[in-house]
Amino acid sequence: MIKSISVRRSQASQYIPDLRGADPVGFRGKPVISTTACGTGCSACVAACPSNAIALDPVRIDLGRCVMCGDCEPACPSAKLSFSNDFRLASTNRDALTVSATHPDIDPVKVSAALRKRFGRSLKLRSVSAGGCNGCEMEINAWGNVNFDIGRYGIDMVASPRHADGLVLSGPISRNMVSALQTCWDAIPEPKLVIAVGACAISGGVFADCSETDRRFLETFRPALYVPGCPAHPLTFIAGIMDLLGIS
Amino acid sequence: MSAGKNLQLCEVRELTPFSLAGLIQHCTERLNAGDRLLTLFGRPAETGDGIVVTAVLQPVAGDLTILRAQALAGEHFPSLTATHPAAQIYERELWEQTGLRPDGHPWLKPVRFEGERQQHMADYPFFQVRGPEVHEVGVGPIHAGVIEPGHFRFMCLGETVHHLEIQLGYQHRGVEALLLRRPPMALTPVIESICGDSCIAYAWGYCAAVEALSDSAVGMETDLLRGVALEMERIAIHVATLGGLATDIAFLQGGGTYGRLRTAIINAVQRVCGNRFGRGWLRPGRARGLTQAQRDDLTRTLTAFVRDFDEVNELMCSSRSVKARFQGTGVVSTQSARELGLLGLAARASGVAIDARSDLPCVAYQRFPVELLTESGGDCWARMKLRMREVSVSVRWLLKLLDDDTLELGAARSTPDLTGKPLQPSMLCLSVIEGARGPVVQALETSPGGQILHYKVQDPSLPNWFGLAMAVRDNAISDFPICNKSFDLSYCGNDL
Repeated sequence: MIKSISVRRSQASQYIPDLRGADPVGFRGKPVISTTACGTGCSACVAACPSNAIALDPVRIDLGRCVMCGDCEPACPSAKLSFSNDFRLASTNRDALTVSATHPDIDPVKVSAALRKRFGRSLKLRSVSAGGCNGCEMEINAWGNVNFDIGRYGIDMVASPRHADGLVLSGPISRNMVSALQTCWDAIPEPKLVIAVGACAISGGVFADCSETDRRFLETFRPALYVPGCPAHPLTFIAGIMDLLGIS
Repeated sequence: MSAGKNLQLCEVRELTPFSLAGLIQHCTERLNAGDRLLTLFGRPAETGDGIVVTAVLQPVAGDLTILRAQALAGEHFPSLTATHPAAQIYERELWEQTGLRPDGHPWLKPVRFEGERQQHMADYPFFQVRGPEVHEVGVGPIHAGVIEPGHFRFMCLGETVHHLEIQLGYQHRGVEALLLRRPPMALTPVIESICGDSCIAYAWGYCAAVEALSDSAVGMETDLLRGVALEMERIAIHVATLGGLATDIAFLQGGGTYGRLRTAIINAVQRVCGNRFGRGWLRPGRARGLTQAQRDDLTRTLTAFVRDFDEVNELMCSSRSVKARFQGTGVVSTQSARELGLLGLAARASGVAIDARSDLPCVAYQRFPVELLTESGGDCWARMKLRMREVSVSVRWLLKLLDDDTLELGAARSTPDLTGKPLQPSMLCLSVIEGARGPVVQALETSPGGQILHYKVQDPSLPNWFGLAMAVRDNAISDFPICNKSFDLSYCGNDL
């Protein structure tokens, strides 16, 4: 009893009061592309990128592919690339995940009136890892820990797809998981949504070119929210889902 | 060149080529003499349709032995598993990847359903336990929690598990093939994605191997920084597992406290390298250095951590409900652990004193040795206690390093730029790094043209999954979750 009280006292209060205003110190998040001119014919950043996230003329980075490894930053002879700790990277639109010098931020997620009405006070999610490396999976687990505590907004991970309003997908979708993923999706009652967490789920990430993956599931069921990162930082998901559901 | 014992570099032509039968016979003799089989794998020959087989043996003391054989396509060989069960998973993988067939293997089944077998997961040939009262319980591939997929099939009599069969492969992404498709010095982001909670262990093994293959020495400070990174990763994984164990028995105070303690550690990692899992900390030829402020930050974080960690451990270990669930549950005897070739923490918790940081130390652990810890119980309690003790040892190791003003831990003054540096041709390099679960083994072979010809990756989970299957025998099926969590093995590291 005494020990328990003592642990409780040390634990104190751990939750982050303002999740959207949090400051993850050191986090290598959003790429920042300066207006510095590229060297003629230079494509060093493209060569350094492990997931084909960078396009040239002008330089732009697709956060749906970017694994935020940072390897492009030292590769660039013009010091054009750097990373900020901005975690507000989620989007409802796959095509809106690209940043460039003229479009440096991801557009804020707009409230969906329909989703707010249905799920604004309670959203139960079933996680499926389909080739995920346990990075995104551990971060998904962290959503509900004492620090991030998304349960306070009525968002929880549930065991059964029958109890779920949506599916959280992580991993590039290995072929060996195709059937189980479909079974799980079919077991979730309508209305339901998909949330793609991490570069692997959004684009295949570093595994995009592997013949051992089969991504047709996402061609059929378009995600309601894309959460970039490798792994996706809990705050990236939390800010995105709070914006989408209009949680203040 | 690093003088680390965790690296073995040799010219391929120096390896005496055995016949397959000769290699197996040699392995048998060495295993009978007490050596351990570290790995056994094959690859297609450069020309023709033969198979090149490599076996690595670890003697009780001394350097690793690498054996080579040229086999014919589809050749059969007498299975080692019949006399040395520890070989079972390596022979299964060899058969699945190359078609070489171990005759007499008692359970020759696919390891991960790769290649032609993809999407045939339903064809797995499960054991059958017969009897009127016997029933089967199938769980997965998708589990109740947020966790990677795998299928568990329990054959039960009432509540008691007679046998558990574990079917994996759902996470197979074709890692080994992918590693041949990018420039050899630019593989770290892929390596860090093989098993995403063990980025550092994998990245260190890879970096050390390509540095050796390109004859590029890194300084002591780089090795020490990698040690700092690896021990931070070990703490993060062990504490996550302790939190999972507490949650699995509804010991909520443990779950909450271990959760926030892990957050402190991984956020400190992020402040050093930009990522909570250590991605980006290590690259070939270098490791991110620590500024004095970062060094002080890590010291403060660990000092605060260990005080509260000891406190919650004390609470956990003195609780009768915790003891009731963990003590005597999921026992793997020392003999079983040895025979099954268990590795890392799972082996040490069953009294097998093996740890690559002691047996095959790299330079950092030669200079600053770590205590080799074991527990004798082999049960969930032993695995829990060992995690607590290993975390404490890692914290002490880190604080000692960080506090030593004579050590240079800043960014190395000169880091070789290895981008595009050629690898020595026709070499085989083996690296072993003791991650939180056990030794991560990587074997890189270069072609006569200096390209990577074959990249073998082996997670300690590969043999350890069978340890879990043995642990639950004769236990109540309701104790499976805590047995599973006490091992805390990797699915993607197994499935590749």
